[in-house]
Amino acid sequence: MTTQVPGTEGTPEGGRLAGRRFGARRGGRGGRGGGGRGGEELQVPPAEFRSYYGRAILKPPVWKHDIAAYLFTGGLAAGSSLLAAGGQATGRADLRRAGRATSLGAVLASAYFLIADLGRPERFHHMLRVVKPTSPMSIGTWILTTFGPASGVAALSELAPLLPERGVLGVARRLLGPAGTVGGWGAAATAPALATYTAVLLADTATPAWHESHPYLPFVFGGSALASGAGATLISTPLDQTGPARRLAVIGATAELAGSHVLEHRLGLASEAFSEEVPRRLMRAARYLTAAGALGAVLSRRSRVGSALAGAALLGGSLCTRFGVYEAGKASSRDPRYTVVPQRERLDRLAEQNGAAARTPDGRLLAGDHVPQDEAARRPRTEP
Amino acid sequence: MGRTDVPERNSFYGPLESPAVDAGWDESTSRMGFFTDTSVCIGCKACEVACKEWNLLEEDGLSMLGMSYDNTGMLSADSWRHVAFIEQKVARKPPTDLGMPQVGPPPTQVDPQNMPLPDLDATTQSPDGPVDVRWLMSSDVCKHCTHAACLDVCPTGSLFRTEFGTVVVQEDICNGCGYCIPACPYGVIDQRKGDGRAWKCTLCYDRIGDGLMPACATACPTKSIQYGPLEELRETAAKRVGHLRESGVEEARLYGDDPDDGVGGTGSIFLLLDQPEVYGLPPDPVVTTRDLPAMWRRAAMAGVGMLAATAVAFVGRRS
Repeated sequence: MTTQVPGTEGTPEGGRLAGRRFGARRGGRGGRGGGGRGGEELQVPPAEFRSYYGRAILKPPVWKHDIAAYLFTGGLAAGSSLLAAGGQATGRADLRRAGRATSLGAVLASAYFLIADLGRPERFHHMLRVVKPTSPMSIGTWILTTFGPASGVAALSELAPLLPERGVLGVARRLLGPAGTVGGWGAAATAPALATYTAVLLADTATPAWHESHPYLPFVFGGSALASGAGATLISTPLDQTGPARRLAVIGATAELAGSHVLEHRLGLASEAFSEEVPRRLMRAARYLTAAGALGAVLSRRSRVGSALAGAALLGGSLCTRFGVYEAGKASSRDPRYTVVPQRERLDRLAEQNGAAARTPDGRLLAGDHVPQDEAARRPRTEP
Repeated sequence: MGRTDVPERNSFYGPLESPAVDAGWDESTSRMGFFTDTSVCIGCKACEVACKEWNLLEEDGLSMLGMSYDNTGMLSADSWRHVAFIEQKVARKPPTDLGMPQVGPPPTQVDPQNMPLPDLDATTQSPDGPVDVRWLMSSDVCKHCTHAACLDVCPTGSLFRTEFGTVVVQEDICNGCGYCIPACPYGVIDQRKGDGRAWKCTLCYDRIGDGLMPACATACPTKSIQYGPLEELRETAAKRVGHLRESGVEEARLYGDDPDDGVGGTGSIFLLLDQPEVYGLPPDPVVTTRDLPAMWRRAAMAGVGMLAATAVAFVGRRS
């Protein structure tokens, strides 16, 4: 039996033979029907789930790290423009200026990452031929298309004082101020959408760790965006104008940490994807950096260097959170366990509920694969 | 009803009479699909070859995968049909030596240099009955879902619903964003390396419009792959599974035929002889878009939270 092709040994008569425990590397977790875990276990592995040669069912995302980087830069742009708008409203000129500059830089980087990641970058404008509410990427395109120019105008308006006071450029100089104000408000108004739609972008896939995260991911990304915006401010802005950034750093970091904790522990099987090798390291780094950054933001009120270090930690934490979530999704789509086990459990439950527990001779539920329609019991439409 | 500009209640999830009509087509064309009856598949891979020939798909790896006769491995950008081979030993308990007196020559010392060949009779006629190999073969293909996640998430409109209710990529529009690939709950659609765009089965859109059958169904020598109006195929499939079960093939079951399932039923339905996951199919896939309204609500809440947090940060001591 042990030499048989994995995942194929299940037979009608053969009992629960099938399924080497693919991907179930950590003992004790997710091990239903466990049995002893000694050396003996290797001889007759417990049937946890069945698969086709242990192959992935889903295709992992073909996105490169550009997309993970974009999750970060998009959030940074959003967080910075919110702080810039606050500076604009409360007369903190340095905060406003730095926030606008960071925002434009980050949104330009975002555009680069998004286009570079396309399989056909020269066709990026095909995104602009439709507005499609069912596609978070389409909605995101339009959010960026609104945010980008607004952020750009706001940042450019900071150059107005460099223009001569007379002539055509003088007119531009006078117009840029108000245009910058409008742009600043426009960017700030779009910023929350820019920061949180990326969570929907990832969640609206079959990728288990992303999809199962959907109730929490927007809060993780929103918090991460605020923390990174605050982090950039702590680096770029003189101490006397960083008060709001420090408070925002604490709020954002708290949301980011709490949300990440939920992702790592409360999603059932999908949470295990966050403890696969690569995502685990990234999430751990994110936790330490973000916590240190938030603490540093509170403690470094009098130190420009300390503030900059705290800011760098917040930025690093945000970056690691994005890459961690991204990698967890990839890990969860490479292992069929994350797809098969929850679905099989759902089917078995449904079959039991319907009393339609037709079974194969070996006792596996059969009806779950084909619930007769006259079992008027519809599938539960789960609202999360 | 009658209003095609407003999505119906079940546009994103649940049973839907006609996905083509839902997408704005008139009702003159019936929904077409595949019925893949794996109980008569002989694993000849004619479907794979015919598909590659007709659709001019590139060679995508000549490798020995060590998975029975399956060296294709999976559906991909250049393999739109994939025949799975599953060898199952229909094994009972191994024979137990009860120490009963035996008839025959006395046991001799086995010479390690001269090991006897396995005795076929000993394995096919154990005391508990015959040991057998069950060989499952199944030709997988795009499911052409009623609620197709790939189509829902496509940001360019490259993926579209045809008048036949199938889902097709327009290659002159696709910009290779890759979003459809993790969205598909079956792992069907994929990016072609070096080309950058997403590719998958079109249900031979360029044939069925002219009244031809898709290449794979045409080539299939055992009618394991049947093509036709989905409604008829569903009837055929129901009859066939009933017949098989009556004949004692209790493990026969249909896959994708239920309009109440997570994708609203598929345009490609299958008769399987074991659980779907054994064939590399998800047991109970759900279109991700089902949860999209909930996702947007949560994002909106988080967004409002960001604004509130910013406001709070700027209130308070001036520093």
